[in-house]
Amino acid sequence: MNLTNDDVEEIIRALDSSYFNELRLKTEKFDLYLRRSQASWTQEMHTLASPNLIGDSLSESTTKVDEKTESKQPEGEVAGLAVVKAPMVGTFYRAPKPGAPPFVDIGSIVGEHTVVGIVETMKLMNSVSAGISGRIVEICVLDGQLVEAEHVLMRVKRVDA
Amino acid sequence: MKIRRILVANRGEIAVRIIRTCRSLGIGAVLAASEADIDAVPARLADHAIRIGPAKSTESYLNVNAVIEAAKAAKADAIHPGYGFLSENVRLARACSERDIIFIGPTEAQLEAVGDKLRARRHAIEAGLPVVPGGPVSSSTEAEALAEKIGWPILVKAVGGGGGRGMKLVADPKRLPQTLELAMAEAEAAFADSRVYLERFVASGRHVEVQIIGDGDNVIHLGDRDCSVQRRYQKLIEEAPAPGLPTKVTAAMRDAAVAFGRHLKYRSLGTVEFLYDRNREEFYFLETNARIQVEHPVTEAITGLDLVAEQIAIAEGHKLRLRQDEVKFNGHAIECRLNAEDWTRDFRPMPGIVCTAVFPAGPGVRVDTHIESGSRVPPFYDSLLAKIIVHDVDRSAVIDRLKLALANCDVRGVVTNRDMHVAVLTQPDFVRGGADTAYFRQFLEGREV
Repeated sequence: MNLTNDDVEEIIRALDSSYFNELRLKTEKFDLYLRRSQASWTQEMHTLASPNLIGDSLSESTTKVDEKTESKQPEGEVAGLAVVKAPMVGTFYRAPKPGAPPFVDIGSIVGEHTVVGIVETMKLMNSVSAGISGRIVEICVLDGQLVEAEHVLMRVKRVDA
Repeated sequence: MKIRRILVANRGEIAVRIIRTCRSLGIGAVLAASEADIDAVPARLADHAIRIGPAKSTESYLNVNAVIEAAKAAKADAIHPGYGFLSENVRLARACSERDIIFIGPTEAQLEAVGDKLRARRHAIEAGLPVVPGGPVSSSTEAEALAEKIGWPILVKAVGGGGGRGMKLVADPKRLPQTLELAMAEAEAAFADSRVYLERFVASGRHVEVQIIGDGDNVIHLGDRDCSVQRRYQKLIEEAPAPGLPTKVTAAMRDAAVAFGRHLKYRSLGTVEFLYDRNREEFYFLETNARIQVEHPVTEAITGLDLVAEQIAIAEGHKLRLRQDEVKFNGHAIECRLNAEDWTRDFRPMPGIVCTAVFPAGPGVRVDTHIESGSRVPPFYDSLLAKIIVHDVDRSAVIDRLKLALANCDVRGVVTNRDMHVAVLTQPDFVRGGADTAYFRQFLEGREV
């Protein structure tokens, strides 16, 4: 059994009139820690039960797909090339929407403010600018790939004006 | 029909919330989880969990076939879709009825009736509800004539838009033709639907909504909520009842919501949203949400009801279990949405791993969350971490208790907007009650000065 908010409230009502300042309640399924704080109470819950999975053999293929798209940081700096990095963790997209032409391709000439891709994080679309003038020489990530913050997305060969 | 096992087709705090009611009703709960969520708290709390696809929601939580197959594999006799994702999706409701699964929500016809803004507006007019003066237009001549009739300034809105997208303000009549043309082109590009309509611009409006519940024959309301504290149409703080409205406005709004529900012979939980014009003291129908809402706990707090339990009872084919005069309202409640975002850096989303998750507890305090220390906050979904809901005898007691509750809220590892809530709660315009939807922007601008 698991505790509900009402259960916790009832325990605290009982504790409130006592001289206890802490209560730890641990079962196989959860570990609850209640503590008196500023004339009130705080709670910290740990759910100890493991997920009880149904029909797990079905989904091995999807697990593998996920591993494949897991981001691997490409080799660091390459001499003479600047890099465009992901501003935050998220899903990288090369085009403004599915089916649309990509923002840039290998060989594209970009300026400092040219949008080269999008990183979607928590349902927000963040456009990524080149940050430098030059020519795109390498695109290091796939469309739809999960990238960490600072992950190298593209390499740019500086073009001096 | 008695429901024995529910597939919870959602994630995060609402999944935990639904599982809790299933448990109290003795109904088995199977969580449909994406790869990113398969080890998260909701999957641990449910009786069973089942994978429905990769992290990306289009391939998991938004995938009708995956959800239906999961329900079949789990031998669930009903699906609870929560909010967001497929909660108002007609295709899911239809697939459920084709496969003899109960969809815990309204009928397909009702989802269709409220899913399209113009259709919902037409139903509202038929039911006798006031709507924002305006209507659909297809040419600039038509638009000019309509704008003259309803008065300037006006809003040009895309039928396919929503959440603030596809909306343009026009104050100068001379600019109407070009704005209209642009709006239609943009609507076509963004929503593959070029239809637009005009609405009178309400300079100072409040977002007030009425919770309704119906069994297909009878419809009652469960009071109102105010959700005016929003940023870019994302609600941040909600409360029940809506504070400081003239009594006759509250009564008329509740009647209007029930009339809308009766007109549709509404079945299940729903929310009828209104725009309250503070200057004119009038309200207008905005839209209807045919699902449980994020902010439902404030209604539960003041009515003492379990809305998910009522929703399940109706899905089982029961009649409403209470009459309008049996719904009692008690005190006041406010909910703060704790999000993983850095409000000091333009609300930048902050996925990561939570290392500490201490929440307030005690009388009058409820926390709905799926977060514990060690929880991963993935970048694929929205940033809601927890809802802190406080209930007390009146609004000022709620604000005092909420301040203490927020002070006792200690989430680390990801940046949260807790301190933003603390700042709002000490702000005179909020404390007074009845702030409009422009309030939060002004609050932010005021802090930058």
